[in-house]
Amino acid sequence: MGWDLVVILVVPGVVGVACWWLPPRVGRPLSIASGLLTFVLALLLVPARTPSALHGWLRADSLSVVFVVAVGFLYLATMVFAVGYLHPSGGPTHQARYLRRAFAGLNVFCWAMAVAPLVSSLALLWVAIEITTVVSALLVAIDDTDGATEAAWKYVLIASMGLGISLLATIVVYYAGAVTIGHDYDLFYPTLLAAASRFPPQVVRLAFVLAVLGFGTKVGLVPVHTWLPDAHSEAPTPVSALLSGALLAVSFYAVLRYFQVAVRTLGPTFPRDVLLAFGLASLGLAALYLASQRDLKRLLAYSSIEHMGILAIGMSFAAPIAVVGVLLQVLAHAAAKGTAFFGAGSVVRKYGTKDMRHIRGGIGALPWSGPMLVLAVLALSGMPPFGIFRSEFLIVEGGLSDPHDAVVAVLVVLVVLAFLGLSWFSTKTMQTPTPKSVVRGETSKWIVGSMVIGVVALTVLGVHPPGQLSDLLTRAAAELRAPR
Amino acid sequence: MLLAHSVILSSAATVPSTFAGVADALTVLVLLSEFAMLHAQLSRSQIRLYAFQSLVVTALAVYVAAERHIPGLYAIAGITLVLKVVVIPAIVLTLLRDARVELVASHRLGVATMVLIAIAVSVFGIFTAGSITVQSRSLPSGALGLAIAAVLVSFLLIVLRSDVVSQAVGFFSLENAVSLTSLVVAAGLPLIVEVAFFFDLLVAVVVFGVLMRVHHSHHDTLSTRQLDRLRG
Repeated sequence: MGWDLVVILVVPGVVGVACWWLPPRVGRPLSIASGLLTFVLALLLVPARTPSALHGWLRADSLSVVFVVAVGFLYLATMVFAVGYLHPSGGPTHQARYLRRAFAGLNVFCWAMAVAPLVSSLALLWVAIEITTVVSALLVAIDDTDGATEAAWKYVLIASMGLGISLLATIVVYYAGAVTIGHDYDLFYPTLLAAASRFPPQVVRLAFVLAVLGFGTKVGLVPVHTWLPDAHSEAPTPVSALLSGALLAVSFYAVLRYFQVAVRTLGPTFPRDVLLAFGLASLGLAALYLASQRDLKRLLAYSSIEHMGILAIGMSFAAPIAVVGVLLQVLAHAAAKGTAFFGAGSVVRKYGTKDMRHIRGGIGALPWSGPMLVLAVLALSGMPPFGIFRSEFLIVEGGLSDPHDAVVAVLVVLVVLAFLGLSWFSTKTMQTPTPKSVVRGETSKWIVGSMVIGVVALTVLGVHPPGQLSDLLTRAAAELRAPR
Repeated sequence: MLLAHSVILSSAATVPSTFAGVADALTVLVLLSEFAMLHAQLSRSQIRLYAFQSLVVTALAVYVAAERHIPGLYAIAGITLVLKVVVIPAIVLTLLRDARVELVASHRLGVATMVLIAIAVSVFGIFTAGSITVQSRSLPSGALGLAIAAVLVSFLLIVLRSDVVSQAVGFFSLENAVSLTSLVVAAGLPLIVEVAFFFDLLVAVVVFGVLMRVHHSHHDTLSTRQLDRLRG
């Protein structure tokens, strides 16, 4: 029982360590295989069951599975992309030593993100998320440019401060539990949630705010988002895709775990109000900044902040359908943002710059990845028939079904503003005549392949999500509701 | 007169136990060493102050272990002693020696202003924690507030000093303040979890060390004032 959880706990980590020594020609297929294995195992977790392993230290309830699926998917897609992108043809820095380190880091990073939703204790969740920070900070710095060094330092410092705050939140929750349950318990979710209604409310209130602020630093919630655009734009593109599509989501998962406890102790109003405040600030600031970006990867980074804001706002709506929308958005955002960053990587490789003023005629120059990048950006701005359209629709519908009209109106206006920012980019850089100096043609089949995977996933999520996946989202949304 | 009388009465009503007294005293020491780090001129003395602060945390761990009969905490105290008092300071000092930097002018504000801000922030932390703490036998009166004050001052250390050593030491001492809170508030935290925390801290220190070295090799200084390219 639960062997699949143990495999996810062991394999990607071992593959990561192995890639440190193995030559890239072995490391590449090994990484793809590990990504595929993780994704398949994650999909096998989707049907209703709650496996646990290692005496309950690993446990996958429906909420965990949503996030493991998102990480597993992006693990696979990013590894396919990385095979094409991290290639000796990519420039003088992409030599064997660099490639070995990069693949080792990417695997360990994915390992930590896949394990974080599977550990069954708030304390180990913190440990896993801290590991994602240190590994990804090194990956941000790996290009060894001035910009990468600056971004990595800011990232590790700000994220570590955030994690210091969330460690405090962990300890405060433990204290709340110790008052009620007694000192000898392991912060396991089932124990915690069963007793949460008897916790001292003031202490849980403190813990929840600390957790939202602390883990929110890694989610990229305004005003603690400042590391995010720098790290996303300066990191190598596979790392940017993982940061944006998976890491932010996993950090949001940590917030949701505290939300579960807080809802049981305090009732739904207070936790929802806190998330609403952070969500509106994030969405508002990101929508404004999206319009003024010149750097392609920074543009996508601000789009991530926008989507994290939408997730937080969605959690603040009482209707269960909004929570289903939030969880669907986690999956759809992973696919859309991954694809968009892969496309950005393709463009950067082609034009040798991230500056959108120097990128013209993308669709003409890149016959496959150009159009798919446009599709991904349209998906990100909430166009049908893609997954984010469906999820944002559910969130808005949920907001309208209880008296949240003002918030919904603001949400829709800001999303439209973000849409304008994103579509301005796509018209200006992609749908213009291609300059004669740019040679038509793709840079790598692997990059195109990774984008096809992403677009297919986005379309499936938007047109007709599989029945079992919908069931999973409904069950996970029920786990997030306060028991009556 | 009447006021003094009532103060004496109210303090007599809640005589702190020896445990609370020792815990509060050690927590105050941690907060004071945080202040000392904030205004220390030399990076080297900041690191020595950090080692001292870690020693205080070790002492508190031993005391809590003995008083509360939690044998696991002796192990924690041992690891704290080895890692935070010896290994981490040694690593950072080596780094400094390699960087051949004695003094980094990194105060963004005058010393007096910084200390005043730190006092204001500490008072805020103490009173905020005081207003929300529930009464409990296991929690010494002021320790949570003092620990939160120490966390806030460590943030100031990161914000108000512009060199990589101060900022890294700020993070390390932030972690000290949080460990302190965990000793006072959550002494029964399972050993495996505590060990995981330590392992993580060690990894974080290594990463900070690597990035400090990278920073120095790029900019040939430990100051962070040139880190202003990325904005918007």
